Amino acid sequence: MSAILESADIDRALKRISHEIIERNHGIESVVLLGIPTRGAYIAARLAEILKNLGSEVPVGTLDITMHRDDLRMRAPRPLLPTVLPLGGIEGKDVVLVDDVLFSGRTIRAALDALGELGRPKTVQLAVLVDRGHRELPIRADYVGKNLPTSSNESVKVSLKEVDGIDSVEITGAR
Amino acid sequence: MKNQLLSINDLSHSDVLSILNTAAELEKITSGANKKLPTLRGRTVVNLFFEDSTRTRISFETAAKRLSADVINFSAKGSSVSKGESLKDTAQTLQAMGADAVVIRHGSSGAAQRLADSGWISATVINAGDGTHEHPTQALLDAFTISKAFPDRKNDFSGVRVAIVGDILHSRVARSNVLLLTKLGAKVTLIAPPTLLPVGVEQWPVDISYDFDAEIENFDVVMMLRIQLERMSNFFFPNEREYSRRYGLNETRLSRMKKSAIVMHPGPMNRGLEISASSADSSRSVIVDQVGNGVVARMAVLYLLLGGAPISEVLS
Repeated sequence: MSAILESADIDRALKRISHEIIERNHGIESVVLLGIPTRGAYIAARLAEILKNLGSEVPVGTLDITMHRDDLRMRAPRPLLPTVLPLGGIEGKDVVLVDDVLFSGRTIRAALDALGELGRPKTVQLAVLVDRGHRELPIRADYVGKNLPTSSNESVKVSLKEVDGIDSVEITGAR
Repeated sequence: MKNQLLSINDLSHSDVLSILNTAAELEKITSGANKKLPTLRGRTVVNLFFEDSTRTRISFETAAKRLSADVINFSAKGSSVSKGESLKDTAQTLQAMGADAVVIRHGSSGAAQRLADSGWISATVINAGDGTHEHPTQALLDAFTISKAFPDRKNDFSGVRVAIVGDILHSRVARSNVLLLTKLGAKVTLIAPPTLLPVGVEQWPVDISYDFDAEIENFDVVMMLRIQLERMSNFFFPNEREYSRRYGLNETRLSRMKKSAIVMHPGPMNRGLEISASSADSSRSVIVDQVGNGVVARMAVLYLLLGGAPISEVLS
């Protein structure tokens, strides 16, 4: 078990994604960031911080997807995580969903449904720190920090300073 | 959390916090134009009401529908119960129809427990008021209302002083609230004439007073209870005017309350008896908020009881 990405790698990846967001949207005026709790919310906050240092302030919020999951009946009820609508809402905006790991794509499917409850954005884009493959739905990311080929019985562990005290991405549990 | 809600005693402190936090999040995500969530699609909730009710039944119905569950309303009037059908046969009918949850309101204390323990049905049982025993979802919505009125406390009510005033004897709302609010740390004082206090009340974890005026400046929450005229088969006080003068909330008493204090009432109100119209409609009153909070609190309960896998599957 070794770190695939360390703190400096994560910083670099997020900086690159920030630049790509500006480039892709021809500026940043109508962009809002929506992080999927827990770790996606922290990554969204970091992207907003980087964009601010680049001279572009973007509204940032969080979006809980629990009520829209398709696997609710396979586990005990999960507690809801905070949803915070960004300043100015999402109506007509270019929404960038932010998550830590893109895997089956089911979380993003649920997020698209949850987004529909809040309003009708102009476009929805997806930024992830790690894309580990093994998609089960026709979903792809627009901004990827690192493409990480994995076997489906491994798991990818993203740790962030805000919750875990350390920045790292590890692959664990290969059998 | 157990897979039924019959009494506040079924809930641990962390269950209560989980319900209150879930209710707060649900309120946020259903405050937009689209109030409906797909979470309980395909599940059936039966409202089994043997007693009249307006807000509890509508509140449960709204809560279940906002979570996309199918709702069947069953009231004893106009059903085969009026032909003498027993609770057992009614329950088995509901079982055969595939109910996932039964919300029961019954005039006899312990009816919800009987339904849950009998083995007649496999559905989740939620007590919506049984006789003079308990009304747990009312207490949860009251706690949620208090939590919103005092947001800095973050669901820790230690030091909050709550007065529950009026017909404690017949009140399932009072019983559930005493259990729940003390669990969250509040200090509860029951205020009533001695004739309207139940036997054994001195064993409850509360203060008792016969004098509404004695400490009225000190309470953060004043919860008025309805005088349950339909349960007043005996004489508990000389007349309504005397009751109203000694135990009713009027403008004089309202003006003596703390500036930050709130007025609650589970409804339906007897305006002019336990609460004056001006007190009920004052800016301190959160009585209308309680109704809205009831919907999200019940959504939280339904989601946490029905939203996941059946308990048996999670354990196996």
